[in-house]
Amino acid sequence: MIRAFVAALLACALGAPAGAETVAITGGRVVTVAGGGDIAKGTVLVRDGRIVAVGANVAVPPDARIIDATGKVVTPGLVASGTALGLIEVRTVEATDDRGSGAPGLSAAFDAGYGLNPDSMLIPVARLGGITRAIATPAYNDRPGRELLFAGQAAAVVLDGTPMLMRRGVAMVLEMGDAGAERAGGARAAELVALRAIFAEVRDYKIRRAAYDRGETRSYTLSRSDLEALIPVVEGRMPLLVSVNRASDIRDVLEMARSERLKLILEGASEGWRVAPDIAAAGVPVLVTPVENTPASFEALGATLTNARRLAEAGVTVAIQGNGNHREREMRYNAGNAVANGLDWRAGLAAITINPARIFGLADRIGSLEPGKDGDVVVWDGDPLDTLSRPIAVLIRGVPQPMQSRATELRDRYLPGVLPPANGDKP
Amino acid sequence: MGLTEYFKSSGRAATLAATLLIGSAGALAAPDAAGGDPFPSTYRAAAAPPFAIVGATVLTGSGAEIPDAVVLVRAGVIEAVGAKLALPDGYAAVDGRGKWVTPGIIDAHSHLGVYPSPATPSHDDGNEAVAPNTAEVWAEHSVWPQDPKFRLARAGGVTSLMILPGSANLFGGRSVTLKNVPAVTVQGMKFPHAPYGLKMACGENPKRVYGAKGRSPATRMGNVAGYRKAWIDAADYARKWEKWEKDGRAGDPPRRDLQLETLAGVLRGEILVQNHCYRADEMVVMIDVAREFGYRIRAFHHANEAFKIAPLLAKEDICVATWANSWGAKMESLDGLEENAPMIDAAGGCAIIHSDDGLLIQRLNQEAGIAMTAANHAGLSIPRGEAIKWITANPARAMGIADRVGTLEPGKMADVVLWSADPFSVYALAERVWIDGVPVWDRADPRYQAPSDFLLGQPGQESSR
Repeated sequence: MIRAFVAALLACALGAPAGAETVAITGGRVVTVAGGGDIAKGTVLVRDGRIVAVGANVAVPPDARIIDATGKVVTPGLVASGTALGLIEVRTVEATDDRGSGAPGLSAAFDAGYGLNPDSMLIPVARLGGITRAIATPAYNDRPGRELLFAGQAAAVVLDGTPMLMRRGVAMVLEMGDAGAERAGGARAAELVALRAIFAEVRDYKIRRAAYDRGETRSYTLSRSDLEALIPVVEGRMPLLVSVNRASDIRDVLEMARSERLKLILEGASEGWRVAPDIAAAGVPVLVTPVENTPASFEALGATLTNARRLAEAGVTVAIQGNGNHREREMRYNAGNAVANGLDWRAGLAAITINPARIFGLADRIGSLEPGKDGDVVVWDGDPLDTLSRPIAVLIRGVPQPMQSRATELRDRYLPGVLPPANGDKP
Repeated sequence: MGLTEYFKSSGRAATLAATLLIGSAGALAAPDAAGGDPFPSTYRAAAAPPFAIVGATVLTGSGAEIPDAVVLVRAGVIEAVGAKLALPDGYAAVDGRGKWVTPGIIDAHSHLGVYPSPATPSHDDGNEAVAPNTAEVWAEHSVWPQDPKFRLARAGGVTSLMILPGSANLFGGRSVTLKNVPAVTVQGMKFPHAPYGLKMACGENPKRVYGAKGRSPATRMGNVAGYRKAWIDAADYARKWEKWEKDGRAGDPPRRDLQLETLAGVLRGEILVQNHCYRADEMVVMIDVAREFGYRIRAFHHANEAFKIAPLLAKEDICVATWANSWGAKMESLDGLEENAPMIDAAGGCAIIHSDDGLLIQRLNQEAGIAMTAANHAGLSIPRGEAIKWITANPARAMGIADRVGTLEPGKMADVVLWSADPFSVYALAERVWIDGVPVWDRADPRYQAPSDFLLGQPGQESSR
């Protein structure tokens, strides 16, 4: 029995859901977001949670559950980066907000992969926006007088209501620019100097761990757990996800990453388009929210709706984000707005599927419709990037998800009261 | 600088002086009359030649969707809209084939200018959060006309908008309705003779702000006591002025009180109550408070739970200004639905999609499209001709300007948007926008894309936004 339990745990950990079956999504326009391109009338076959075949002439086994997608659009499940999914319920209810910690000595070591809540009411809402996976991302919990450079580590999560953790430590989150300068003492130079000192400390600590534990090293500014957490960052194994907007700040971050040999992801990058060739040359991907076009601060004076297009045209790998917390379902519209402002439609879809999967090292499992990948599939009644379309089926690891949320239950409770008597049973 | 010096430095001294004299005379006679605006609009539409938009699909704002239509504009007003209209001589033709036309988009809830970009403490002018009743403040005195977001909203088709104070207070102050035209002064943007609104707020914000200061209101019951006390004072104030008028203005008039003047304007029906209120139960309490003191609520704003009392709100003739997507930041917004506005509409009420946001104001058409699509998916049947009212005719009604804007009916101000595609689609871009028949935005012509003064010479302006 214990062995069976362990096997079940292992199955969970490996991503094969209990009770998986064979599902065939047939007859739809399949947008694979992979080498297969588009298939006008294709079939996606999913067995035991994995995609086993994608094509125009896929034999459907007799025992397969059929989802008829004739006249519909079939895409990979969407991947939302920079979310609070699993970490928050109501922002003003502190006990439900686990995005960040105010604990001293816990900065880089904060790990959003712990304490995730798969029963969050935000998750079905995001799923009804076609989102099947997300990057649960820590946020700063600033307290007066507290110096805190890193927000902590992001985690990849799955949104099917099972234990959420997919992969821990997919990025180390750091805000630079105005907010980072403020935390470092009020100036950009202070933060850049402090960061270089910290990276040097981490490298020093790494080779003197035993001496550190014996108390024979100089004292470090960071706690032991923060130093440990930053080792994969200085080794270039864990990407440093830097939120930054001003063109000059982006250049400074690129230079820091180059000289410190860090793997970098940029987030925000309002003025990224102004230094797009530099970003492309550094091979650094960018997470953008394309609708953020206001000069909201002095570091974002050059914000524009054309940022995503210009970055993509310069050869930068772009992922498009949603609108945060409860509003992740708008991610696909954000991609649509980037397309309306010149981004290629396929690049727009890639920016919410395969690109975030690649950026966070998950493309072996998710992000496109290819044999061997997890069976995350969405069937749409129209263009997935358009406000005029809705998902009609969402599968995660081959399991059709309920097309309901707390909001749809509320709607359905009150809908009869507003329908004309002929259409509904008005109370 | 004294008044005389000011007039000397002004090229229009005589006109301004005359206006001011009339204004102050009015203020003496009836200080709280909405007609005696001491900060009168100086907006005058430029003369513009007549034009016709030919071949577009037109959503009139009064319910109709007319394919392959002609829209005739002359002397700043809509002259005619129809399917088979001849193009009169002397009208410039705008090719609308494959495109869509709607009335100018109207935002019933904006903080542009009072919370400008970039956000700085110097410009943080939206909440006079020092006392729960600040009915004496007027949003127009905080509006920075150089907020770059006015221009961005224009590119999103927004032609009129109501700027409200924030929601920290039970009584936040007066709103101001603007035409979204470039101007150096707020008076140059003010919608001529639009009624004022009074911002009121229910729920979590006032009790949080003042509870944290250790004073009332700290609870919802404190909120309601605060409203009622204020209305008692306002009724008393209004009676004193009425008595002075009735007595033939004998003797000294009662002393003017800016706070009570605004509240008394509500009691007289001249100032429209714009009530921030999320929860259904609180909205019904507010309806009872209004009934107790004999005023009307023009619109509930945000109103995430309005769908729960949709038939009542329709019966009470109270508009609901809300979103499709915002929910969950606070307990009182937990029950937000994409279908909230459509459910108000289906119950026969006045549904509005508003922004309350400098990004969303650029995409009210998309937000309405999301609500419409969600509702139709859920089994309601809302055509485009109806849904467009949520961002045109209905906000005009809530703002008291429906006699002049909000639809493309003949005689109305020619506030018009030409869209590249179905305006409810994510791909629709406002190609051209007219206000009073004057072009104010053209996606293809930089002459109509000028940013605010603030952005001149700043980095990164070579890309259009």
